[in-house]
Order: sequence, then structure tokens, then C-alpha cells
Amino acid sequence: MAKRTFSIGGVHPHDAKIARDCAIEVLPLPQTVYISMAQHLGAPAKPIVAVGDKVKVGQVIAEPGGFISAFVHSSVSGTVKSIAPRKDISGNFMTHVEIAVEGDEWVDGVDLSDTLITKIPEREVALERIKACGVVGLGGATFPTHVKLNPGPNAKPECLILNGAECEPYLTSDFRILLERTKEIVVGAAIMKNILGPECKCVIGIEENKPEAIKAVEEAVVVLGYQDIEVMTLKKKYPQGGEKQLIDAVMKRQVKSGGLPISVGAVVQNVATALAVYEAVQKNKPLITNTLTITGDCVAKENLHNYLFRIGMPLSYIAEYAGGIPEGAAKLISGGPMMGKAIANLDACTVKGSSSILYLSAKSTKRLEASACIRCGRCASACPMGLEPFLLNRLAKAGDMEQLEANAVQDCISCGSCQFSCPANIALLDRINIAKGQVLGIIRARAAAAKAAAEAAKSNEAK
Amino acid sequence: MTQTFFWTILILAGLGLVLALVLFFIAKKFKVEEDPRIDEVEKVMPGANCGGCGFAGCRAFADAAVKAPNLDNNYCPVGGNEVMKKVASILGYEVKEKAPMVAVVRCNGTCDKRPKTNDYDGLASCKVKAALYAGDTGCAYGCLGCGDCVEACQFGAISMDPATGLPVVDEEKCTACGACSKACPKHVIEIRNKGPRSMRLYVSCINKDKGPVAKKACASACIGCGICAKTCTHDAITITDNVAYIDFTKCKLCRECEAMCPTEAIHGVNFPKPLDKEGIKARIAERNRKAKEAAEAAKAAAAEAAAKEAEPVKKEENNG
Repeated sequence: MAKRTFSIGGVHPHDAKIARDCAIEVLPLPQTVYISMAQHLGAPAKPIVAVGDKVKVGQVIAEPGGFISAFVHSSVSGTVKSIAPRKDISGNFMTHVEIAVEGDEWVDGVDLSDTLITKIPEREVALERIKACGVVGLGGATFPTHVKLNPGPNAKPECLILNGAECEPYLTSDFRILLERTKEIVVGAAIMKNILGPECKCVIGIEENKPEAIKAVEEAVVVLGYQDIEVMTLKKKYPQGGEKQLIDAVMKRQVKSGGLPISVGAVVQNVATALAVYEAVQKNKPLITNTLTITGDCVAKENLHNYLFRIGMPLSYIAEYAGGIPEGAAKLISGGPMMGKAIANLDACTVKGSSSILYLSAKSTKRLEASACIRCGRCASACPMGLEPFLLNRLAKAGDMEQLEANAVQDCISCGSCQFSCPANIALLDRINIAKGQVLGIIRARAAAAKAAAEAAKSNEAK
Repeated sequence: MTQTFFWTILILAGLGLVLALVLFFIAKKFKVEEDPRIDEVEKVMPGANCGGCGFAGCRAFADAAVKAPNLDNNYCPVGGNEVMKKVASILGYEVKEKAPMVAVVRCNGTCDKRPKTNDYDGLASCKVKAALYAGDTGCAYGCLGCGDCVEACQFGAISMDPATGLPVVDEEKCTACGACSKACPKHVIEIRNKGPRSMRLYVSCINKDKGPVAKKACASACIGCGICAKTCTHDAITITDNVAYIDFTKCKLCRECEAMCPTEAIHGVNFPKPLDKEGIKARIAERNRKAKEAAEAAKAAAAEAAAKEAEPVKKEENNG
């Protein structure tokens, strides 16, 4: 079968998976951890511990702050030292719980053994455990998983897509867990499939540049006897790991503008999320660990690592342990080089969704001087959402919100393919991102006004 | 040859005449009735179409002013009282005089006082920068220095000072339309009363962090210590979220707060004399000493009075 990929646009950055042969190492515990209350998309969690409390590893320290929110657990055992605002990686303040580490004592009921448990519990039990263990999507957006796996009574999930594309250059954490924790991931997929219903298929999509992972997963599926889980090899193309792009590649269906994946019957979960689901459901272990890659084009070979970290570890501590900031590093990024966030504050701490510390040299990150747009259309042919970035950029400059909405700026997934492909080095995405935020705000305000008007009309009728 | 010229001119002139007549009658027939005062009002407006009044332009303002029952909600900040008086005389309304305003940059984190913690090489736009992160200094509240306010100003009243990295407002040109204030994603620019002979005092910082954090990020941050509020004898200074704010209406321009501020976050501008810090400090110390003495004297007097009051009771007791 021909290898599949998404149909529109896409770019081919050099994949630079230089840390692919580094086995996952466990990071030792620091003296203090700072656990952020905004570890997920949606409302920040509300702390339920007080200063001076003794906590154990896996103990709940914060409750969800809304419907779209998640539990946060302590990643260490020790004493709560403070609950105060602290700067996150972009320098903005967020409430953090500071815990001084004392030993490593886990709460009762967590199975810390390596035994593989393949017996899958019932839907409700599994969903409840996923929620209680604070599992969120680890593909980047950190959307609470229990919300995504419970799409409502009217939705018909037809296919669970496990995202093992890892299309961002440099990152290798998903690849390593696919190799080292294969069976757990496959069982995690089976659990999620069971939650979504008996009619739901399951496809694990992996890009062709990870042949070892594909082989390992195929073998695990056969060994574990999950004949209905399909492993699909995908062509290497960025941004394959985008939710809508992956659905297009695997199911050959396109999500319409403003629609959710479930509208075409798809639920997409990252492989790291599958592992977290396995640990939550089968081992009752909350999401307090994740894998992160230390990599970059100026990192010495012996300093490339894949680490299993606990949430709340200061990035500076991890960087120090991994051999310090390499010489020639001009930019530090958390996440991939295409969509990651620049680290403005190395004292910030890891969160559930942290996936890397990437050191890039000036040569590969320095912005070149922009020249005039020559309307070559490369950005338009690179855009995986079929937008016209050059036009959106001009409209954003002019602030024409109506035209921006008409030209679907709200569909932009901020993948950066346009900026990557622009021969004139124009900062297309910067402006488009701002415009996208403004237009989404307008759309939301309009929806809220319409809802309020409808309710007012209803209450008038009732009178 | 001459004939060709003759006919060309005749035909074109005739055509022009006929079409002009057609246009004349059509214009007469379909004339939109408009209040003639709108035109008159528009004529006296500054004509900058800046939108500072809240309307789309000067004509929109004129239209709204003519239709409004009074001029309370319509004020042209650019033209000021002078233009509004003219507008009022055309429309026959009363005009409430407003004090002249000016844009004030409430950030004094110059390059030397506010060290950089990282380099920003993205698009030179404050809006973009603010959306990406907290900024390239330790202060998450201050000026980002990309000059969105300069771009927003239609009167050329703001320019970036390359030495300080902060915008400078040219008071002569500033019309207080508020465009810069709206353009600033950090809300650093305040439209403030210009003050008598342009003298005014303001806190040039909006950092809401607690003292030590703010001070670490910027040497001249307002640390919310409250010394200014304690010093002020006119009750003009309030402290909310670790930032002091001077209420213009209560401020008597005594400059005591400016002298006492430990981080020099309070700025006084356009005063005829330079700030005599020591003199003012001595004056305040003297006043505090006197107040203390007076308080002690009052206390002693009160104690004496209390003792006197207690004595007769004792006598009565003895008598009884």
C-alpha cells in the first residue's frame, strides 16, 4: 500500500532526529519543585493544599478550575513551602505550588511494578481514572483527555487515531517511548478504543523516518493479539502531526472550517497520551512524568539525552544535569523548532506537556532581514490548511477583520510552514497569529451575543 | 484643419453643456436633505480624522453633535475648548469646559535601569511581542519599546528615544486623542490632565509585582512601599496592587512625594525649578517632628485632664 500523507501543502524541514539513539534515562529528583497550576488547556487548577502540608508523590494538590480543566498531582514527596505566583517560560506569572523534596514516598494504591496488565476495565471506570489521574493530551495542546474521550451522546466516533508522527524536527521523545514502552502504548490505545465504543477503529500513524518504531508496534500488536489495531506508515511531511492533517492522511476526510475532529468521526490522541492513559487506568499512576529530549544543533553528542522527568522540575536544573547550556546556543526552545516556544526564563519549570529543551545556534535561528513580498505563492502552496498567508499578512497589517474572517484566518493552525517557505524572510506567522486571536475573539463574542439574545427571546416568550 | 478644430470644440462643448444640465437636474431632484449645520460644524473641526472623540472622523462627529440633545458626550480632544466653543455657538448649546489633557508614558525603565534578560529578534511590533511573551526584560508590565504608539500617533507627537528605549511625548503636538494609549498592549500610556502651566506629577511605573521582584527587574520601579502615600498631605496618592497612583484632582504639586520616592519612580515635569530634594526632606522631617511634639503634648494634656477628672471622684469617695 502506498504510504499516505495529508493532501494540501506541507513542507519538508530536515528532520535532525539526532537524539534518536539515546535511551530514556530517569532524572534524579531536585531539591525543590514548582508545580504550575496551568498545566493544561482551559481554566487553571485550584490548589487544595496549604503551606506546611506534607504531601506524597501522586497526591492531588489541585482541583480542576472548570469543565475544561484537570487535576494536578504532586510529583514528589515533601513539604509545601509556598503557593505563590512564579514566572513561566514566557515570563508571565502563574500560581505555582513549591514543594521541598524529602525522600520519594508514593501514595497508596499506585502500582509501581513493571508488570504489563492487559485486562481492560469498563468504560466508566477507565474514564473516571483518566480524569482522576489528571491526564491531558501530550501532543502539544494539553487538552484534558477525559473531555476529548467523552464526546457526548450524539457523536459517533469511528476511528481513534494514535499520533506517532512526531513531525517536528529534533524531537525524539515519542520515538523513544514507542520503542521502549511499546506494549503499554498499545494497551493504552486499546483502553481508549474501548471507551469510544465497539464500532470505533484504531489506527496508529507513524512517519516513515521511524522504521524501528513501526516494526516494534506491529510486533506488539500481534503479540498482544489486538488484531483490530492497524499500524499505518505515513510519508514524512510537516505538519503531519497536526490533528486535521493526520485525520486527512489516515481517514482521507477533511474537517470543515471551525469544526471539531469528532464531526468526521475522528478522535486523535498522541502516543504519549496513550502511555499516560495506560499508567492511569492500569497502574492508577497520575500524570506526573513525561519524556523530554535535550537536543539541538550545537549540542555535543554526549550531551544529547532523552529524559523521564517529573513535572515541576526547574528547566535550569535539567539543563545543568544534562551538561549545561552548550557553547554557541543562541536560542532555547521548549518544544520543536517549528512550533515550540522560546524559553525566556530558564528558571521556569516543566509542565505535563513539556517535550524538549532545544538549543539552536544563531545560524539556524537568527531572523534574516525581510524583503518585499514578490507574490511567488510559496506560502500558499505550503499552507496545510489551504490558506493564503501573504494575503492574510497584508490584511492583518491593515486590520481588516471582516476580510480576515472571510479568508479564514481562524483556520490557521500556526504550524509556521508559510514562514518556513518564504523566500523573502517575511514574518508571516507573527502577524497572522495576532489576527487569528482577534478574529476568534470576535467570533466568540458574536456567538455569546447570539446566545444571550436567544435566551432573552426565550425568557420573553415564557413570560 | 480649422474646421476639424471648430467642430471638435463645438461638439465637446455642447456635450459638456447637455451633460452638465442633466447632472444639475438630477442633483436637484435627488438632493439628500442634510442639516446645513453639519457642514458648518465640520468646517471648524481640526480635520485630522483621528477618531479621538470616539467617532469615525470629523464629519461623523459633526453629524453626531448636531443630532445630540447636548454636547456632554461629544468632545473633540484635539480641538479642545476653543473648537468646542465654536461648535457650541453654531449649535446654540452650552459647552462644559474640559481641562487640557496629554499622553503620559508611565514607564521609566530605561536601558540602564531595566537590564535585558533576553534578546527579541521577532517582528518590531509591540502587539506581536506582547502576544509572544512577557518581554525582553524582567518586567512583565513595562514598555516593550517597539513603537506601536509612534505608529498610532497621527500628529507626530511621539518618538522613540534611542538612548532610553522609551517613547517621548511632544507636549506641543500631543492632542490627547488617546490613539497611542489604545495601541499600547501593555497599557503603559495614560491620558492625564496636562496641569497648570503643564506642571504635573505622576508615577512613572505600572509594575504590579511585589517590591523585591519589581526592584530586581527595574531599578526605578514603583515598589509599592507606600512612603509617598504617607507623605502626601492632600490624600492624593493611593496604592493598589503594589503600584502608587496620584489623583490629579487632589494633587497640589508640592513635589514631596517626588522627593521621598526611594526609586525615583515619581516624575514631576515642567516645574520652573529643579527638585530641591534635601530641602523638601528637611521640611517634611520638621513637619513630622512638630506633629510628633504636638501629639505628645496632646497626649500629656489628655492624661492630665483624665487625672484631674479622677481626683474629685476620690474626694467624694472620702466624703462618703
